[in-house]
Amino acid sequence: MLKSVFAKPEKGKVFRKMLFGEIDAIVISSIPLVAFLSVFMGGVISLQTAANMESPLLPDYTIGYITRSSTILEFSPTIISLILAGKVGSNIASEIGTMRVTEQIDALEIMGVNSIGYLMLPKILAMTFFLPFVTVISMVLGLIGGWIAGVQSGLYSTETYLLGIRYAWYTEQGNLFYSLGKTVVFGFLITSIAAYYGYYTKGGSLEVGRSSTKAVVAASVAILIANYVITQIVLV
Amino acid sequence: MIVVDGINKSFGDTQILFDVSATFTEGQVNLIIGASGQGKSVLTKCIVGLHEVDEGAVLYDGRDFSAMNRKQRIEVRKEIGMLFQGSALFDSMTVEENVIFPLKMFTDMTEEEMRDRANFCLKRVDIINKNDLFPAETSGGMQKRIAIARAIAMNPKYLFCDEPNSGLDPKTSIVIDNLIKEITYEYNITTVVITHDMNSVMEIGDHIIFINQGRKWWQGDNKEIIKTDNKEVVDFVYASKFMQNLREKLINS
Repeated sequence: MLKSVFAKPEKGKVFRKMLFGEIDAIVISSIPLVAFLSVFMGGVISLQTAANMESPLLPDYTIGYITRSSTILEFSPTIISLILAGKVGSNIASEIGTMRVTEQIDALEIMGVNSIGYLMLPKILAMTFFLPFVTVISMVLGLIGGWIAGVQSGLYSTETYLLGIRYAWYTEQGNLFYSLGKTVVFGFLITSIAAYYGYYTKGGSLEVGRSSTKAVVAASVAILIANYVITQIVLV
Repeated sequence: MIVVDGINKSFGDTQILFDVSATFTEGQVNLIIGASGQGKSVLTKCIVGLHEVDEGAVLYDGRDFSAMNRKQRIEVRKEIGMLFQGSALFDSMTVEENVIFPLKMFTDMTEEEMRDRANFCLKRVDIINKNDLFPAETSGGMQKRIAIARAIAMNPKYLFCDEPNSGLDPKTSIVIDNLIKEITYEYNITTVVITHDMNSVMEIGDHIIFINQGRKWWQGDNKEIIKTDNKEVVDFVYASKFMQNLREKLINS
């Protein structure tokens, strides 16, 4: 299947149009949801960190530091990917699954179009290469959420929070690249697994729903396993 | 001309087609008829390559399609148009985009040339001023006609129609039948139609093959089918009392 996915597209112009369409449909359309989640989750992370810091030996800027680490290392790359596995994964599986059961894929094949490449490659490339950008947006908004929550509730000052955000940044910059690298893998897993389940749907509308559910579950499990493996390899 | 030579096809332990051979002549409407579950659709999917045959060959004007690799098949498929049972129009595209799609993928036509060709094909099937609608915004009969327009956009040599009248009222069915017949004669296409519709059998069946239990049970034309005494064909075609009476009248006259 992968050979067909990465086969040369029949028409470059059509492929480029499809790719930009998918960037819009999969990536850009997910930004509002990601933004909303990130701001609130960033706020909750900082509030929970502040609420659980009882030792007077720990300086207040630790809250900003922990918020940064949690957001960059796990929340933005992994949790957002899991959420997008639900949103994007179910969308892709049901879209391709519906095309399968309504014979639209057969129509493509009869015309001589490589249906696997035509349907899957633009989605896979869009998600794989643009999920890191969405993740960066999520990181920034998560940190802003943490700042808003802490300052408006009087738990710490802007200066203290920013000090924590900047703390040991020079030695921990590699975390950012580790996180963005993870999202490239997650983006590929979400789209390829969802497209696979959609493409091989058999039956009718009920099976399209089942494929969609299976795709989300399989993509989520794959993300968690990949996250563990990558972390083990890179950070340990 | 399409020649089907001794096709066998199984799914797991279940054999669906048994040594089916047939010839579909160009410039004729060739019908494949038979009851549900007898192997008509599997036969058609084997002919167009959506299913691989276990044994036998499919020859498109002497070219052995079943022995071809994917690249060679793509070249043959560019000469095939297909009308699916549910029309299979791309629902994310407008009517015009659907017809333009094969041209966009496989020709070097300019946008204007493609639009002209699409308009010509749509006009040929009596779809006018509907270019910007989406398939879901059109009726079932219109969708079939749009699908025919898409199927003929590339000037196909071979046209396959899978139950073109399913879900249509009798009047619209006749329009679709006539359209298929006219296009076949006009462009000298080898047309293969799978149908259950007895009106179609009588109206457009230049050459008919009857599939029963995965075997070619009978072949003839729309005149011979009236007089045949093949029990399975008679039971299938003249299932209703009305049709049985009609057959008697036709034979007596």
